[in-house]
Amino acid sequence: MMAGIAVSTNINGDNAEFLCHADETLLDVLRDRLGLMGVKEGCGTGDCGACSIILDDRLVCSCLVLGAEAEGRRIETVEGMAQGDQLHPLQQKFLEHAALQCGICTPGFLIAAKDLLAKNPDPTEEEIRFGLAGNLCRCTGYDKIVRAVQDAAGVMRGA
Amino acid sequence: MRYIRPSSIEDAVGLLAEAAGKAAVLAGGSDLLVRMKGGFIEPELIIDIKAIDALRHITESEDGFVIGAAVPCAVVGENAALRRAWPGVVEGANLIGSKQVQGRCTIVGNLCNASPAADSVPALVAAGAKALIRGPAGSRTIAVEMVAVGPGRTSLAPGEIIEAILLDKRPPRSGDAYQRFTPRTEMDIAVVSAAVNLTLDDRGVVQSARVALGAAAPTVLVVEEAAEILTGSRVEDKTLDRLAAACSGACRPIDDKRGTVEFRRKVAGVLAKRVALAAYQRAGQK
Repeated sequence: MMAGIAVSTNINGDNAEFLCHADETLLDVLRDRLGLMGVKEGCGTGDCGACSIILDDRLVCSCLVLGAEAEGRRIETVEGMAQGDQLHPLQQKFLEHAALQCGICTPGFLIAAKDLLAKNPDPTEEEIRFGLAGNLCRCTGYDKIVRAVQDAAGVMRGA
Repeated sequence: MRYIRPSSIEDAVGLLAEAAGKAAVLAGGSDLLVRMKGGFIEPELIIDIKAIDALRHITESEDGFVIGAAVPCAVVGENAALRRAWPGVVEGANLIGSKQVQGRCTIVGNLCNASPAADSVPALVAAGAKALIRGPAGSRTIAVEMVAVGPGRTSLAPGEIIEAILLDKRPPRSGDAYQRFTPRTEMDIAVVSAAVNLTLDDRGVVQSARVALGAAAPTVLVVEEAAEILTGSRVEDKTLDRLAAACSGACRPIDDKRGTVEFRRKVAGVLAKRVALAAYQRAGQK
């Protein structure tokens, strides 16, 4: 018998319910129980940011959150960024600037950049680099990511 | 393993005491979940304290500030009144981990993790902050520097939870500051760190001071000799040189891959000078 904890939450605007174990991370719940494969597992210890999500307007690593903690909260993942076929400006600019290679870190960067621009719509390059310091990319060298975020910020401001 | 989210501190303390050492308190989880994943601990019960309303707020009163145990460091950094009164405490708290970690980690968690290199602790110690503890026998309040007794070990008795950090109201002309040395600019652990908190008289002379060093000994070090050197001074160059020598001399650091004993001693002095000047300038602006 699975001693599951019943959790009601909201993911990308939709109500969701799941059962999980007490020691199951929200990362594992999102991927293995809810099929949201955009949330990636890199380090599993909060160092790489690949599993970044927005939890009640706070950027967090979902590997450092228990699934049970999601009760009554709002979760945003990369799957909620595009509107139908219309990519989010950040996604569009990541493509245009080739700000990804292997792509494992990309959903985490997109979510972290979305959170950054929500709080600071016109960040300096330094603010972008500090704001995204919790996301590691071993392919791009970061410059293309920074330029994509700057470009997207301009689009989102209507500049 | 079970997961419980009590709604009162009494229930949390009851559960913790009942579990007799087999429970873990969860606030931000940025240390706890990493230790669980690494297999270093296997608690039978997780007590999530974030549903306890009283622990989720920063409150300001005539006595000062109360920072609840479940307040993430990002929220600490967003509190303008706290930033004005205790900028050094806030800058220490905001140096812990990344943006993602800031959204979860708490200063009480940083304190209870009892790392000698904990970024929020030296400034709290310099500030004379107190920990409000709730346990099966009731409440007690102790100085923050009495919480950690060694790396990874605290003085908390079984069943005790730190429910809040208390910071006094600031006298006029007070300032504090915290800085650390890391090889990288972000996302790193302090090789050594220093915090200074001081209050000036109306002529700009240091009336009282507290100096604390991090990662310089098994627990955060209070350097009383350094505080005495600052007191009565205007933080002139020769005072700073004596301050640096006192701090370097007080260090009892370890040699490891992140820094040698000699390097940590030297940098402790350099950082003490810098934070003393920063605190002095901040105090002069109030």
